[in-house]
Amino acid sequence: MLKEIKIRLHQGSQFIKDVRNVEVPGIFKGRPVISTKNCDEVALVELCPTAAISVNPFQIDLGKCNFCGACAFHSPDKIQFTKDYHLAVNEREALIIRAGENKALIVNKEKRRPEIERFFKQSFKIRQVSAGGDNSAELELNASGNVQFDSGRFGFEFVASPRHADAVLITGPITENMAQPLETCFSDIPSPKVIILCGTDAISGGVFQNSKALDRSFIEKHPIDLYIPGNPPHPLTFINGILDFIGKKP
Amino acid sequence: MKYTTVHNLQSIPIEMIPVVSYKDFFDTVISLFEEEEVHCVNYFAYPIGNELHLICSLADDRESKLKVLSWKSTSFASVPSLSTQIPSIIVFEREIYENYGITFIGHPWLKPLRYAKNRANEHQISDYPFFKIESEELHEVGVGPIHAGIIEPGHFRFICNGERILHLEIQLGYQHRGIENLFLNSTHLNQRIALSESIAGDTATAHASAFANLWESLCDVQTSQHLLWQRNLSVEIERIAMHTGDMAAICTDVAYQLGNAVLGRLRTPMVNFMQEWCGNRLGKSLIRPFNSFYAFTPELKERLLDIFSKYEPDFNEIWDRMKTLPSLLSRLEKTGVVSRNQMIEIGAVGMSARAAGLERDVRASHPYGLFKETPHQPITKKHGDVYSRTQLRNEEIIQSVSYIKHWLENIPDIEIKDASHATPKPSTFCISLTEGWRGEICHCAITDEKGNLIAYKIKDPSLHNWLALALAVRNNEISDFPIINKSFNLSYCGFDL
Ligand code: SF4
Repeated sequence: MLKEIKIRLHQGSQFIKDVRNVEVPGIFKGRPVISTKNCDEVALVELCPTAAISVNPFQIDLGKCNFCGACAFHSPDKIQFTKDYHLAVNEREALIIRAGENKALIVNKEKRRPEIERFFKQSFKIRQVSAGGDNSAELELNASGNVQFDSGRFGFEFVASPRHADAVLITGPITENMAQPLETCFSDIPSPKVIILCGTDAISGGVFQNSKALDRSFIEKHPIDLYIPGNPPHPLTFINGILDFIGKKP
Repeated sequence: MKYTTVHNLQSIPIEMIPVVSYKDFFDTVISLFEEEEVHCVNYFAYPIGNELHLICSLADDRESKLKVLSWKSTSFASVPSLSTQIPSIIVFEREIYENYGITFIGHPWLKPLRYAKNRANEHQISDYPFFKIESEELHEVGVGPIHAGIIEPGHFRFICNGERILHLEIQLGYQHRGIENLFLNSTHLNQRIALSESIAGDTATAHASAFANLWESLCDVQTSQHLLWQRNLSVEIERIAMHTGDMAAICTDVAYQLGNAVLGRLRTPMVNFMQEWCGNRLGKSLIRPFNSFYAFTPELKERLLDIFSKYEPDFNEIWDRMKTLPSLLSRLEKTGVVSRNQMIEIGAVGMSARAAGLERDVRASHPYGLFKETPHQPITKKHGDVYSRTQLRNEEIIQSVSYIKHWLENIPDIEIKDASHATPKPSTFCISLTEGWRGEICHCAITDEKGNLIAYKIKDPSLHNWLALALAVRNNEISDFPIINKSFNLSYCGFDL
């Protein structure tokens, strides 16, 4: 026991106190800003692996972007990825970043169902379903609960049974082989219930968007409550996204 | 000669691979397999015109060579199965059967492998034919496809006698995204490299390195030293990070909370370092053929050395504690045992094989990049239980840290050649092997006479190793399944593709 206490003392205090404002170290590919400078826009469209860039007007769709950085490397004057990890939104169009804009991405409270904050602010239970996820978003969601990010302190957590859940959080592009299990899981969640798409693959299919092995009818059938972009989303993107969505101040 | 010989990452004209009769193919594979150091790294079919070309590559670890041979057939043909004599071929024949309808006569059980989109038959994933034993004393436990946790899907069907597991069958395929077809259909290099990073995102740099190395060989562009160095370095950092995380997860499953917290937090500086280097904690976007957006700078070197100097004492301290805790050891030792012989039979690779005393490690047997100059001595353990797999992780972490420190002494200059317009050579075949943290990753490509990809075959180490898990749980209590599963930590998406 004494040895355990010694080890514990050596760990010091690890948790991030201010999850809303802490600065991430080194390079971080967060919310991009696009300048209005002229550049070879067509070249950028062509090099993007996920067709996230389009022209007239020039814009990046963060729901498709897999944050490979190729565009920013090619034209640093035109595109820069900032360190802003607040990326979650509740409207699909809000993920479109236009040239000359530099606005924070936010959860639009007007467009959110009124019961969300009332029901879930203090306690929000999430059932995660990986539907073709590559285990990167899954690793980051697990990391959100570790001693550094410690998401449990904010009152939301992942649960095993859909019957205990308030939300389904989907990672991966939704494979045909997972379409039915996902639907079954969702139907087992008691109402009111929430759908969260976590990661570029889930939001748009990402690099898999042209695969015939997907079945994304779930997304067409049900209204989506929250989009969390990233490849994979950083734990801080996830945690802040949920906090904004349930209207909780950390 | 009934086969041709290549080494890792050597591109050869496809005509050099002999096409032999099935009888000769069969006999040659059987005779090559008599050596224990030979195992199959891939065996797949691809269509040319109305025919199928079936290529089999066997790695000979003693000679650092791959022996490649082939035969031709048509869809829905019937031939005798190799699996009756070589059990490790079972999965490959199932895959060929699933995709092209070829029947392998005598195969123990030809059933679908992953319900691939391009399958040749109408089988549905919901009708998977599980093995059954009729008995009043036995019961079945079905788990999945969705599991209790933040984890990928797969269906586990246990046959138990009371608490004891007699048999486990693992049915996968839920994660199938059609990656190999996307490799063929896309003509976009950025897309292909992004795909390679998503084969299994927890080993992104290893799969991306396998692809980038292969692509450069196909295009006949010599990889610059700095890029090779980056690839080796990032794969070893990935190994340290994932092994540390797995050791934390093993602690969770035996309710050793302190170990989980300490090891879980020790993984963080490794993944955060990857982010400092390339902006992604899992190293996605770091590896690019011919190029890199993120050079390794002297500041990064100081950062990494500093991280190691803090990591090592804390890591050693918790490991010293773990290995003397009777309550922890009693859960790990003699739990989930697989023997060396079983591992040979099923063709297991990587750390799971090494933990059972089977020395299979591409870094030593088919070296690439820096391992040509830094000879690698694989670590092995004898018992093949959960504890061996835990000990092995501990020792491999220490080994990788020492490799990295050695490599940091000499960082090759960055000289990026612009080869972005290089295209693959026509009618060429190439195999790329990389040792990811789970084990042997194999990518294989074939081009047509215009240099377009006509076959792209990926093998994640999990393809064989899932069967090792199924064998390891036999005669264990079902309550020990989670810890045994964690000790392998296999990839669902890497298997399903
Ligand atoms: S960073 Fe995003 S937008 Fe830019 S090229 Fe990559 S995927 Fe496209």
